[in-house]
Amino acid sequence: METRYAIQAHGLTKKFGNLTAVNRVNLEIEDGEIFGLLGPNGAGKTTLIHMLSTILPSTKGVARVAGSDVHKDPDGVRKAIGIVFQEPSLDNRLTGRENLDFHGRMYGLAKCQREERIKKVLEIVGLKDRADVLVQNYSGGMKRRLEMARGLMHRPKILFLDEPTLGLDPQTRRVIWDHIRVLNEVEKVTIILTTHYIEEADYLCGRVAIIDHGKIVALDKPDALKNRLKGDVVSIKISNPEKYLGIFRKSKLVKGAKIVDGTLHLQVSSGEQAIPKLIDIANKRGGQVHTVSLSRPTLEDVFIHYTGRAIREEAASNQSRMRRIATAHGMR
Amino acid sequence: MAAGQVIYTLWLREMKWLIRAKSRLVASVVQPFLWLAIIGVGMSSTVQIPGSSISYLQFMAPGIVGMTLIFSSTMAGVSVLWDKQFGFMKEILVAPVSRTQIMLGKAIGGMTTSILQGLLLLVAAAAVGVRPPSVLALLQVLVFMVLISLTFVSIGLAFASRMEDPVAFPIVMNFLIMPLYFLSGALYQVQLAPGWLSFLAHLDPLMYGVDGIRGAILGSSYAQYPIWLDFAVIGVFSVAMILLGGYLFKKIKA
Repeated sequence: METRYAIQAHGLTKKFGNLTAVNRVNLEIEDGEIFGLLGPNGAGKTTLIHMLSTILPSTKGVARVAGSDVHKDPDGVRKAIGIVFQEPSLDNRLTGRENLDFHGRMYGLAKCQREERIKKVLEIVGLKDRADVLVQNYSGGMKRRLEMARGLMHRPKILFLDEPTLGLDPQTRRVIWDHIRVLNEVEKVTIILTTHYIEEADYLCGRVAIIDHGKIVALDKPDALKNRLKGDVVSIKISNPEKYLGIFRKSKLVKGAKIVDGTLHLQVSSGEQAIPKLIDIANKRGGQVHTVSLSRPTLEDVFIHYTGRAIREEAASNQSRMRRIATAHGMR
Repeated sequence: MAAGQVIYTLWLREMKWLIRAKSRLVASVVQPFLWLAIIGVGMSSTVQIPGSSISYLQFMAPGIVGMTLIFSSTMAGVSVLWDKQFGFMKEILVAPVSRTQIMLGKAIGGMTTSILQGLLLLVAAAAVGVRPPSVLALLQVLVFMVLISLTFVSIGLAFASRMEDPVAFPIVMNFLIMPLYFLSGALYQVQLAPGWLSFLAHLDPLMYGVDGIRGAILGSSYAQYPIWLDFAVIGVFSVAMILLGGYLFKKIKA
């Protein structure tokens, strides 16, 4: 039996007191995708995947995960998913192998199945040599990889990764990304990850949902999201930019123009071809062009476009602190 | 079958820690041993048990076994708090297993540790001359040890399911354990105590446990109640406490 959709959520909502952490989210994720939830801290990403993984009950809405309803059959969901939490969740006093063995036993795997899976998942994350070392002697990246291996032990259909590279250095982050790709291919597992790293979503994910204040504000392939911004940005350093702002705005080539830090930013559909023409226009009006640069829209630009702000930690820190307080109250 | 595997898995994890921290097991019986070897022996030369030939040390030894059990059993709950602290509780709670199984796994793990400590104390007591007179008596002692342990492991887990801070846990639990230990008659004869004290002691499950062990080791004439009555009362307590612990554990948060 095949489920076409790994996730089907409709109107999923979570409230902590007065605060709506996740607000009427509709989501369909297909089998085999690497799907990213991109948003600042406190946007509701973790709350969303906690609802999908039956850790938190939803306030409203329905969700089917791997074909099972999160409310009616939470154990069915739990058997079909693996999850790597944002915070570490390993037993440091056991070895890597013992952590995996514990997991296998808890999920009801027989001894021979456990041995086979432990070998396999250790291979996938490249921890074969360190399997019998106590986890307290692992580096941060190794712990992360072990947690991913553990999440795969019981052959889940879906693996949730909550901020898989949070707090890791750039090289380690790369290594983790490559492992995520490999396990998606080798294990044919659907991967749903949350991140507030633009590059991570861009590099890894087949589709990305931008989530802000508990709502999905955009959802598409990373390239399609960038294309929605309609083209490239040509930045021109020129004397007296105010004068040329008006001139360029009249040009058919230019879809939008603004001055940022004394530099003209012009939105055009295909940058390479537009540059000579734009310089031509400036020269004809006696303009002295100092430098020209071309930039393609990044996912960051897309994010700014949809949320009206950059994805910075401090932008959300206030809100996430509020949410933490609200969470604490909600749990009492 | 599956439930058995879950309980065994959790138990196995606690045993791995125990084996890796043998010093903890040994250190935990040093204090009760000092009670026996110093307080017990010292008091024996000052205090006499009225109307009997046994020494104070003999009278007190079953009480110290009880003390070891109540402290180690209740403190077993702290493993739940460390699991919460290190995030491992999330790994346990997201598995497709029931909370009751998790609670039972933790309870049996805690009981094993605490009964091992109780057994070490029993050996220490034997070394200073207090030992069960027969195999049957030894078995009776073991039954009471299991029931005391079950009662207080459950109480510890009930508290642990509601608390967060592993450092605060022993401090809070001491508020509960110290009075229960003092009231249990481990160190004095409840039947000779003033009425109000005797009344309070009768509300204390440990009193029946200590009385049962004392009856088994020293003979029924040194116990306050017949052994079946002690057994029945602490049996009811232990069942009630594991039900309470299981109920509270259902609402546990990682």
